[in-house]
Amino acid sequence: MELTTLDLNIWRGDAKGGELVSYRVPVREGMVVLDAVLWVQANMASDLAVRWNCKAAKCGSCSAEIDGFPRLMCKTPIAEYGGRISVGPMKAFPVIKDLVTDVSWNYEVNKEIPPFTPSEKDLSSSEPWRMQQKDVERVMEFRKCIECFLCQDVCHVLRAHDLKGAFQGPRFMVRIASLEMHPKDVLDRRALLKGKAGLGYCNVTKCCTEVCPEHIHITDNAIIPLKERMDDVYFDPVRSLLRRLGGGGKHPA
Amino acid sequence: MALTQPVDREVTPGRPRIHNPYSVLPNWLYPAFVVVALSLFGIFAIWVVFFQHEGYYAPYLSPFYSPLIKVGPIPPGVWVAWAPLVFRLSCYYYRKAYFRSFFGHPRSCAVPERAGRRYRGETAFPWVFNNFHRFAFYATVVQVAFLWFDAIVAFDFGGRFGVGLGSVLMLANVLLLSGYTFGCHAFRHLAGGDLDCFSCSLAARARHKLWKGVTVLNIKHDRWAWASLISVAGTDIYIRLLLAGVLHDPRWVM
Repeated sequence: MELTTLDLNIWRGDAKGGELVSYRVPVREGMVVLDAVLWVQANMASDLAVRWNCKAAKCGSCSAEIDGFPRLMCKTPIAEYGGRISVGPMKAFPVIKDLVTDVSWNYEVNKEIPPFTPSEKDLSSSEPWRMQQKDVERVMEFRKCIECFLCQDVCHVLRAHDLKGAFQGPRFMVRIASLEMHPKDVLDRRALLKGKAGLGYCNVTKCCTEVCPEHIHITDNAIIPLKERMDDVYFDPVRSLLRRLGGGGKHPA
Repeated sequence: MALTQPVDREVTPGRPRIHNPYSVLPNWLYPAFVVVALSLFGIFAIWVVFFQHEGYYAPYLSPFYSPLIKVGPIPPGVWVAWAPLVFRLSCYYYRKAYFRSFFGHPRSCAVPERAGRRYRGETAFPWVFNNFHRFAFYATVVQVAFLWFDAIVAFDFGGRFGVGLGSVLMLANVLLLSGYTFGCHAFRHLAGGDLDCFSCSLAARARHKLWKGVTVLNIKHDRWAWASLISVAGTDIYIRLLLAGVLHDPRWVM
């Protein structure tokens, strides 16, 4: 039967605490959860705090927990659910108000990662850099990230164990992978991966991949390859010795 | 409905239910399946490796005994079973399976975890040893080479070419094991994943092609893992039933 109304339970509160409040919302064809939340804000609760921008699944602002599962509100059709939906703020981050969380920890983590570093030769060259498609297409997948932080939210290391000081989270493994695998980057970030980035805390259970709205294969294409690169240095004496004898390699970060 | 229509507003106590939109199955089903399947296989493997001494019914050799090493009273499976065991235990797919199912880290995405000892992931004993996965891969490659030899020999019936149900099972088994072994994430890295530039040399271009091939196998690594696990058990059971005289091997010999 086609829905005409929806019981929308929205978590209302702040850092001190809160509760689910139920609103009855009229349903239109093609409606997404963000539409319903904005309808409540416009008609019933003008003080409802919600962060959103593009409503096209490209800005990564409207991340929330829909029936307890991390999703973008703008990419979640009402029709996928029954007549009752619960919406709450992301659990891995501190609540500011209602559906808005403080994600600034992520920006602090980002500063700890050494940025893209080309060689001196490339840097001083007046010629445009030439890279073949096969060399950059692997990195292009990581560049699709919209920084919605759903992967950070669902990661049990951050969500259930709150190990934010020990593990930087899947989003930043993707960022490190995009730098490490870049054909023009010359910095070696493997010591960072073993140390401050805390790559060893990830036990590859793939929830980050499951929730990514950009369908980035976070575990298979970023985290596991980075684990293997880390293993080259710290867990493979044979390759480590060969590399030292060869005298090659990147500059340590 | 008009936007100005009066609406209900009420407080709903309690926690919201957790609904995974990407799965129609209940979130306990996958962990339950893994626990049952791996436990059954584990019990069967222990029985075969430690308590059985025979796994050869000419020209078929059980995959648990390949290569066949007989030294004193030690069961032959003991000499070879450690390699695939360590390979599967440290495999990136099985890590997901057992961390979710046996340890609940996490049982399913976004599901609360049990409070317990401090979580250390793969930074501390024993799971830090998962980082040596590639060495288990090297050992397993050697075993897969022997299994290919056994599969070819399984078509040799006293010097004459033939095909038996056992030959087909052994060939299917080694194909599935090869797909699993050579689709491994460690091999994907060794094949070319460690390169930053795929076009910078002749060797790099060749490794890029290999990396792409391994990636094709790697995409369904979980399915290869389960299919090869079932085929190993199935091939061994078939040979064991032949040895016990329960089954007769249908054959076509030239």
